[in-house]
Amino acid sequence: MSGQASLGKAEMAALVARDIPAGAYVNLGIGLPTLVADHLEPGSGVVLHTENGMLNMGPQAHGDDVDPDLMNAGKVPVTELPGAAYFHHADSFAMMRGGHLDVCVLGAFQISAAGDLANWHTGAADAIPAVGGAMDLAIGAKKVYVMTTMFAKDGSPKVVPECTYPLTAARCVDRIYTDVATLEVTGDGLVVRDLFGITYADLSARLTVKLSDGSA
Amino acid sequence: MTSICASTDEAVAGVEDGSTVLVGGFGMAGMPTHLIDALIRQGATGLTVVSNNAGNGDAGLAALLAEGRVRKVICSFPRQHDSWVFDGLYRSGKIELEVVPQGTLAERLRAAGAGIGAFYCPTGAGTLLAEGKETREIDGRTHVLEFPIKGDVALIGAHRSDRMGNLVYRKTARNFGPVMATAATTVAVQVSEIVEIGTLDPEAVVTPGIYIDRVVAV
Repeated sequence: MSGQASLGKAEMAALVARDIPAGAYVNLGIGLPTLVADHLEPGSGVVLHTENGMLNMGPQAHGDDVDPDLMNAGKVPVTELPGAAYFHHADSFAMMRGGHLDVCVLGAFQISAAGDLANWHTGAADAIPAVGGAMDLAIGAKKVYVMTTMFAKDGSPKVVPECTYPLTAARCVDRIYTDVATLEVTGDGLVVRDLFGITYADLSARLTVKLSDGSA
Repeated sequence: MTSICASTDEAVAGVEDGSTVLVGGFGMAGMPTHLIDALIRQGATGLTVVSNNAGNGDAGLAALLAEGRVRKVICSFPRQHDSWVFDGLYRSGKIELEVVPQGTLAERLRAAGAGIGAFYCPTGAGTLLAEGKETREIDGRTHVLEFPIKGDVALIGAHRSDRMGNLVYRKTARNFGPVMATAATTVAVQVSEIVEIGTLDPEAVVTPGIYIDRVVAV
C-alpha cells in the first residue's frame, strides 16, 4: 500500500477495527484507541469491556442520555447496549489478568523491538505518575494492539530498539498500528505489514530498529 | 449488625487521626461525597486515603485533600484534567503518593477482605512499580508479591440498602464499592434510598449486609 498518504486518526482506527475478530471481547484504551469503537461493523458481535466494571458498553452518551453513574474508563458518559453486564473492580481486573479479554488496544509513548510497551509515565522529574489499568491490560489481554503515531511531536520515532521511558510491561505487544505503517512483533523481530505514504527504505532509514519487510 | 444512621455525621463518628480510609468511586461515579463532607466536619486528620483517583474538581475527595487532612494517597490514577487540588499538594511536597496498578489495588483490597496474607500477581513485573518487591517465577512468568490493603474505615456510595445493610449499586457506580466494603474495620455507606427488609431481591444483592456497619440515606 506504499505510495498512499499517511493515515489520519479515523483511518488508523478503521484499520485496527478491521483486525478485531467477530465476537471478540475487547478493551479500548483511553485516547486514540477509543476511536476504534466507531469503526466496528454493526452485527460483528464485538463486546466492549470497560475496566470500571462493564461489558457491552455502548457509544458515548449525549444530552438526556447522560447518566452520572454510567461512564467509561476515561470518565466519558457512555450508554449500555442490550446484554450489558456490570461488575465490581476486582472482577473487572480478574477478567483481564485471567486472560478472558481477546484484544486490548492501547496508546504508547514507546514500543521496543521485543514488544516492550511504555505508555504510563515519561519519567520526567515533575511528572505525576498515573498508571490506571494500563499494566493490567498489557499483561492480561490475549492480544495487545498498540495504536499511535510513528513519530513523536519532536520527530523522534516511538518504535525503538529499547524503551527509554519506564515500562508498562515487557514483551506484551503483538501489533503496532501507526499513521505510516503497521508492524507485527514476532520472535524474529519487527515485520512491516503495511506502509502508508512512506517506502520501506525510508521507514528503515528513519527508525533505529531492525525491520523486515512483509509488506510486499 | 448494621445501624441505620440519622445523619452523615453519625455515619462517620469516631474516625481517628492517622486512620486509613478507603474511599469508593471512580471519578465521581460512586464517590461518597456526603460522607466525605461529614468527615471534613468530623475533623480527623493525618489520614491515608485509598481510592482509585486523587480527587476530581473541588468536591468529595478533592475537598478533603484541600482541607489538608490527608497525609498519603494510595491510588492508581492521580493525574487527571481536574485533579488540580492533588497536583498542587503533590508538587509542593505536602502529600505522599503510592501509585498502584488499578487491578492490583482492587485485588489488594479484596485480599484484605478475604483473609489472604499476600498474593503473586504478574501485573507490574519488570516495571518501576515492582521495584523492591519480592518476585517469583510461576509457569515461566514473573509474578510480584503484593500485600493486602486494609482500611480502618471505608466510605462508599451505593444505590439502595435495606435495613440489614444489603446493598445494590447502579451501573458503573459499583466500581470499588463491593471490594472496599469487605476490607475495612468500619464500613459506612451512603445510599439514595433505604428500603424495608424483604424488599430487595436476594438474588440481586451485590454486597451482603454482613460487611456493612453504618448506612445513611442522602
